[in-house]
Amino acid sequence: MNIIILGAGQVGSTVATELAKEESNEITVIDTNQQILSDLQDRLDLRTICGNGSYPGLLEDAGADDADMLIALTNSDEINMIACQIASSLFHTPTKIARIRSPEYLGRPGLFAEESIPVDVMISPESLVTDYIYHLIEHPSALQVLDFAEGRAQLVAVKAYDDGLLVGHELRTTTEHLKGIDMRVAAIFREGQSIQPSADCVIEAGDEVFFLSAREHIPKVISEMRKLDKPNKRIMLAGGGNIGGQLAARMEHDYQVKVIEAYPARARELSAMLDSAIVLLGDAANPDLLQEENIESMDVFCALTNDDEANILSSMLAKRMGARKVMSLINRPAYVDLVESGLIDIAISPHQVTIGALLAHIRRGDVVAVHALRRGSAEAIEAIAHGDKTSSKVVGRTIEEIKLPEGARISAIVRGDEVIIAHHDTVIESEDHVILFLTNKKKIAEVEKLFQVGITYF
Amino acid sequence: MQPLVILRILGLLMLLSSCTLLPPIATGLIYGDGAVLPFVEAFVLTLVSGFLLYLPVRKHRNELRLRDGFLVVVLFWTVLGVAGGLPIYLSKVQDISITDSVFESISGITTTGATVIVGIDELPHSLLLYRQELQWLGGMGIIVLAVAVLPMLGVGGMQLFRAETPGPVKDTKLTPRITETAKALWYIYLGLTIACLLAYWAAGMSFFDAMSHSFSTVAIGGFSTHDASIGYFDSTAIQFVAIVFMLMSGINFAIHFTAFRNRSLKPYRRDAEFRTYILVLFVVSIVTVGYLQLTKTFDSTAESVIEGLFQVVSIGTTTGYTTADYYTWPGFLPVLLLYVSFIGGCSGSTGGGIKVIRILLLVKQGVRELRRLVHPNAQFAVKIGRKAMPEKVIEAVWGFFAAYFAISALMILMLMATGLDQETAFSAVAACLNNLGPGLGEVGRNFASINDTAKWILCVAMLLGRLEIFTLLVLFSPAFWRK
Repeated sequence: MNIIILGAGQVGSTVATELAKEESNEITVIDTNQQILSDLQDRLDLRTICGNGSYPGLLEDAGADDADMLIALTNSDEINMIACQIASSLFHTPTKIARIRSPEYLGRPGLFAEESIPVDVMISPESLVTDYIYHLIEHPSALQVLDFAEGRAQLVAVKAYDDGLLVGHELRTTTEHLKGIDMRVAAIFREGQSIQPSADCVIEAGDEVFFLSAREHIPKVISEMRKLDKPNKRIMLAGGGNIGGQLAARMEHDYQVKVIEAYPARARELSAMLDSAIVLLGDAANPDLLQEENIESMDVFCALTNDDEANILSSMLAKRMGARKVMSLINRPAYVDLVESGLIDIAISPHQVTIGALLAHIRRGDVVAVHALRRGSAEAIEAIAHGDKTSSKVVGRTIEEIKLPEGARISAIVRGDEVIIAHHDTVIESEDHVILFLTNKKKIAEVEKLFQVGITYF
Repeated sequence: MQPLVILRILGLLMLLSSCTLLPPIATGLIYGDGAVLPFVEAFVLTLVSGFLLYLPVRKHRNELRLRDGFLVVVLFWTVLGVAGGLPIYLSKVQDISITDSVFESISGITTTGATVIVGIDELPHSLLLYRQELQWLGGMGIIVLAVAVLPMLGVGGMQLFRAETPGPVKDTKLTPRITETAKALWYIYLGLTIACLLAYWAAGMSFFDAMSHSFSTVAIGGFSTHDASIGYFDSTAIQFVAIVFMLMSGINFAIHFTAFRNRSLKPYRRDAEFRTYILVLFVVSIVTVGYLQLTKTFDSTAESVIEGLFQVVSIGTTTGYTTADYYTWPGFLPVLLLYVSFIGGCSGSTGGGIKVIRILLLVKQGVRELRRLVHPNAQFAVKIGRKAMPEKVIEAVWGFFAAYFAISALMILMLMATGLDQETAFSAVAACLNNLGPGLGEVGRNFASINDTAKWILCVAMLLGRLEIFTLLVLFSPAFWRK
C-alpha cells in the first residue's frame, strides 16, 4: 500500500514505524521539522519530505497521485482537515484519515461527509485515552479493559487473588461456577511469563488473567478471580491538560473528582469548564497539597501530565500516602515495564491505545479493531466476516475447519447483539464480528487475508 | 467632554419628549375634561426650549464619547423628570405644589409609582393618562426609544444605551446594530403592552382603565387611576392578569426576544437568572401565604392565596400595585416583602431593585468563599448557567452592592433627620431606591404627608435607583470632569 503520513510527532512516528515493518507498504512522511525526519529516515526504510503538508505541490511530490491512503496526524486539526480535502479534491486519494482533537468538530457528524470535508476516519488520541481510563475507573478491579463490537464484548485483565472462587482451580471448572455465563480466558501471565490457557491450567494468586466476555457479565467474571473492589467514588487527577480536562468533565457527575493543575491560566479555564469537579492549583508532587486534599481516602489517583517522570513520581507518592489505586500516563515504552504492577498499579501508554485504533483502519479485510494487550504479549483483533462458503475462507465453517495462522485463536463471535464464546464446533456466519488473539504480531497480515473476500463475492 | 454636542442631543431629546404630551391632549379633547390647556402650555414650553437648545448647536455632529453618554443620560432624566412635573403643576389640581409635581413626575418616569396625590379618582382623564404614560416611557427607557427612532445618534447611541439599561453585563446586543436592538426591545415592550391591555379589558376593566393599567404594569411602575390601586376593581381575574404581566415584564427582555425569534420556550428554561427569579418569588409566596393562613388574616384560604401571591409578585417585581393594605399585615411579612423588592426584577427588564443576576452572583461568590476555606488551593469559577463570569463583573457587582447599601443607609439617616420615624424612613428609601412605590408606616398608602425636604431626597433616590447608582454617581467623581 502506498501511504502518506503527515506529521512526524509521537503518534506519526510510531505509526510510521509500525507500518514500515510490513514490506508491502511504501511510506512517505511529511513534516516541517527536518531533524525529526532525518532521524526517522536513519532508522526506517521510508521516504521523508520536509514542508507544510497541506500544500498541494508538496503532496504531489509525495506521490499523492497514486497514494492509497493519507494519514494526517499533525498537531493542528485544521491542517489535517484541509490536507484531506486537498487530497480528495486534487488527487482523489481513496482513504483519508485525520487526527481531529477538538470536540467542536467531532460533535458535528455531517461535517465530515464526502461532499463537505472528506475525512473517512477521525482519530482523536485524547478521546481514545480518555475512554480507556474511564473504563478502568468504571471497573475498579480491572487492569485493562478493551472494547469489541462497540462495547458489546469486552476484554478485561485482572490480577487473581486468593479470595477469587476460581483461584487454585483448573480452568475447566469455570463452567460449574458461572452458570449460564460464557467466558474465555485469553491469556495468563505468571511472574512476567505468558502461559497457554489450556483447560487443565490452574490459576494461582498473583496471576494476571485476560478474559473475554459479554459486557454485562464482566463484574461476575471478575469475582471469579478476586473479591470485587468497592466501586470507585473519589478520583484525583493530576494534570488538567486535554486528557485530564475531558476525563474530569465526563466523570464529574458520577464521581467526586479533584483535578490538580500547575498552570494558573489553565486552572482558571478548567474551573470555568467543569461544574462540580474541584480544580486545585498546585504541584501534584507536593505532599502537603495531597494531604490537604485527603489523598488517603482517594480511590483512584491518576497522573496525566505530559511528563513521564513527574507522572511516575507523583503516582508513587500518592500510593505511599494512601491512595487505593494509582494510574499513570507513560509515553516511553521502556518505563511501562519498569513500573507496572510494582510501584504503580496501571501504566497507560497513550501510543498503544492510539496506534491500536489507528492500525485497525489501515488493515484490510474488514479488520475493525486491533488492540495490544498489556505488556505487549499478544494482539487482539476484531474482524468482520463477509461473503458465503465459496467466497470466504471463514464463513460457513466451524472453528476447527478454519486454517488459522500459527499462534492465533478465535475466542468469541459477536452476532448482532449476542456475544457467543467460540467452541470447536461453532459455525461462523456472514456479518459476524470475530475476535481473535494472536501471539505473533507478524501474522497479522495472514489474518487479514483470511477475512478478505474472494473475487466471486463482488 | 463636548458640551455643544451634549446640548444638541439634549435639545433633540427634549423635542422628542414634547411629543409625549400630545396623547394627553387628545385624551382631554375626547373626554372634554377641561384640562387640556396645561398640557398645551407644557407642550409649547418643552418644544420651544428644545428648539432653543438644538438650533444654535445643530451643526455639532461629533460622535458621543463614553463620558458624554453618562452626562446626557443623567441630564436628560433629571430635566425630563422636572419638566414632566410641568403639566401636573399647571393643571392646579388640588393646589399641587412644585415639590409634589416634580415628585409625582419623577416617581412616574422612574417607574417607582409612589404618589403624593390623594383623590386620584377625581383627576381629569388627561392627567390620569399622562401619569401612566410617564411610567410607560420610563419603563423601557425613553433614551432607548430615542436610539430606536433617531438613527443619527449612531455609534454614540451605544454609550447612552449602556448608561440607561439595567444589569451588570451591558455589552450583549440582541442585533449587530444598536438601533435595531433598541427597536427590537421596543417592539417586545409594545407587544407586551397591547397583550396586557387586551387581557385587562377582557377581564372587565373599562378601555381607559385597561390602557392606563397596561402602561404601568408592563413598565413595572405601579401608578393606578384609582386611590385603591388594583384593589378598586375587586376582581380575581384582574389580579390574575396583573400577576402574569408583572411576572413577564420582570424577565430580561433579551430572553423574550430570543424566545420569540426561535419560537420556543427553551431560552427561558436555560436562563439561570430567570430560574432564580421564579424560585425566589415562589418561595416567598409560599412563606407569605402560609403565614397569612396561620395568622388567619383573611377569612378564606382562596383569599390568602390570591392576595398573598399578588402582593408578593407586585412588591417582588417592584411594581407596587396594592389590593390589600399589605403594610398592616402581621409579623415579619411587610418587611419580608420590602426585602424581596431589593432583589427586584431581572437585568434588562423594566423592574427595579438590585436585579436578580447580581444577587445570584453575590450568593455564588459567597459560596465560593466558603469552598475556598475548605480547599485553599482550589480554583473556583463563579458560573451563571454554564458560563463562567469574569472576575471584573463580580468585582463590579460587589461595588454596586456596597454603593447601594451605603446610599440607602445614608438616605435613611437623612430622612430621619428631617423628622420621619425609622420605619417610614427605611421603607420610603427602600420603596424609592428600588423603584417600588408604596412603603410602610406613614408612606404605606401614599407619600402625601411627608415633608418637602424628604420628598426631594426621595426624588434623588428614585433617579439613583433607575439609573443604577453608578451612572449618576460617576458625575460626582473628580476623575469624570478632569480633561
